[in-house]
Amino acid sequence: MVENNDSVAAMCLDARVVLEARDVSKCYTLDEIEVHALRGVDLQICEGQMLSIMGPSGSGKSTLMHIIGLLDHPSNGSVTVEGEDVSDMEPNELAAVRNQRIGFVFQAFNLLARTSAQANVELPLIYSGLGGAERARKAREALERVGLGDRLGHLPSQLSGGQQQRVAIARALVTEPSIVLADEPTGNLDSRSGMEVMQILQDLNDQGITVVLVTHDPLVAKHARRVVHLADGRIVEEEIVKERYIARDRLAALSTEEAHR
Amino acid sequence: MNIFESFRIALRALNANKVRSILTMLGVIIGVAAVILLVAIGTGVQKEVTGSIEGLGSNLVFAFPGNIEESGAGGPGGTITKQFTIEDADLIDRRLGPDEIVVPVIQAAATLKVGNREMRTTVAAGNEYSGEVFAADYVDGRGYRRSEVQAASRVVILGSRVRDQLFPLRDPIGETVDVNGQRFTVIGHVASQGGSLTGDQDNQVFMPVTTAQRLLGTTDISIIIIKAADPENVNSVQAQVERILKPRFGEEFSVFTQAQTLGILSDLLGTLTVMLAGIAGISLLVGGIGIMNIMLVSVSERTREIGIRKAVGAKTYDILSQFVIEAVMLSVAGGVIGIVLGWVGSAALSTVVPTEITPWAVALAFLFSAGVGIFFGVYPAYRASRLDPIEALRYE
Repeated sequence: MVENNDSVAAMCLDARVVLEARDVSKCYTLDEIEVHALRGVDLQICEGQMLSIMGPSGSGKSTLMHIIGLLDHPSNGSVTVEGEDVSDMEPNELAAVRNQRIGFVFQAFNLLARTSAQANVELPLIYSGLGGAERARKAREALERVGLGDRLGHLPSQLSGGQQQRVAIARALVTEPSIVLADEPTGNLDSRSGMEVMQILQDLNDQGITVVLVTHDPLVAKHARRVVHLADGRIVEEEIVKERYIARDRLAALSTEEAHR
Repeated sequence: MNIFESFRIALRALNANKVRSILTMLGVIIGVAAVILLVAIGTGVQKEVTGSIEGLGSNLVFAFPGNIEESGAGGPGGTITKQFTIEDADLIDRRLGPDEIVVPVIQAAATLKVGNREMRTTVAAGNEYSGEVFAADYVDGRGYRRSEVQAASRVVILGSRVRDQLFPLRDPIGETVDVNGQRFTVIGHVASQGGSLTGDQDNQVFMPVTTAQRLLGTTDISIIIIKAADPENVNSVQAQVERILKPRFGEEFSVFTQAQTLGILSDLLGTLTVMLAGIAGISLLVGGIGIMNIMLVSVSERTREIGIRKAVGAKTYDILSQFVIEAVMLSVAGGVIGIVLGWVGSAALSTVVPTEITPWAVALAFLFSAGVGIFFGVYPAYRASRLDPIEALRYE
């Protein structure tokens, strides 16, 4: 533990390490061929950071996100969440960690069909054992934060793609997690909705929530402060973003452009 | 998470997937209702038929031509080489003494005509003591007399349905009816009795045995029925009848007491019930396959649902309890509706066919359907709940 904290100090300066992957490998067999999705990845994510994991398809970036999000388990190596090694945890203990500390945003939204926005956002709170009234209040607040305060009773099928993704973001942050993991959050969206989603994620980060973006798109990646490049299951490059994109400014520019047209 | 929360989740999920819920329930409903209904019919018919024979009294002995035991439960008709005649009945009557009543019986199909109304019925013929063995409840008129039997008079008594069909609006007494082309006078008609040993009694006409022989151009009779004066004596009467017939017929006849006849008929009707239960079992199976289909078809969608729930923090127990409660609620609701439908259906059908609800059929149908529903509702969910969340989310 002491050694761990030293390395935290080295990497994250004053900030706490929220999530750490150590020598993580993932290997699975597909049609009798061994696929090495990850080959020894070390990664530290500090509190308050906005980080992009970037790479072409097949680079292992989604696998890495699933492993650090405790949705999948590594073949080798360990994952630490807020200083706690989760390698030997039971599935139910992992579920509790996901429930309390991690929020997910998926490319395909992954909302429950035929279930209202509010009920979708309440879902994680049900599993954390919160009472009905408290749940409803928190879900409303979360939906208001993503600008959907007037769409509480709408079903996913009655919402646009961008709105559905915002419901998913509300679901991710309703438990006040330490970290939000977003896997290609703009992948299924048009550029304006994509920018709106990025703006929400940047706003959340400004409010102190750690955000990890997984994307193949350099434009999206540049919304973060730090980019980790992945290729063939290895981290090949890390960079600090110099000219960070601010979604709010780009949206404003887009609106002006449209107004002139 | 407590059990009430599990119930609420399950209710929400059922409500969110109404079509699937209703289709699943439908499988259970059809299976349960079909089994209850068909077994009710089988049991009802069996009870009514055996009941109507029992109603004749326990002191009857029946003599059939042919060796029924050898030709099997199929009854007379297999290996009959020599038929009874009236003389055989008279012989039995003389030898048994005055206390026992002997009735020679003929049964045959006939066509009745009144004006342009025509119908196929069964003729049941006997002697002046017929009323003792065919429990007849006269609405109006009378039975035939000894003199009419001796003279082979063309008199006829109508069963209730025959009367309704041929004389819907008028009193049939004294009217003439055309039976197989010969003119008969109606002397009485009887009340509805329902089914019996000899088929539907309401669809029969009754006439003297001698008249029937002349009408059919035969000297044969179908069976001989003997009524013992004392129910205690049926076995000795049976033995006496066997001794009387043996010199004339050798082994080619059979004598049964009412209890034995009941046994044979029960076997026969039991087979009918088993057959109906078999058909019902097939509906149950089809219903079960329907439930299975719907549950398995929805597995991919539900596996993703399980993935989502696990990703946001559902534990294995949370997932299982939700799916168990869903499946139990659907199956039990479907089962209860099926029982109600089967019950109402049997009540409605009882105006046409006798029905009787059997508890074991209800229990069997319910347990089977509910079992299938619960198994196929829970088992795929159990498997999905053990996957890594990401595998469940990726499931296609």
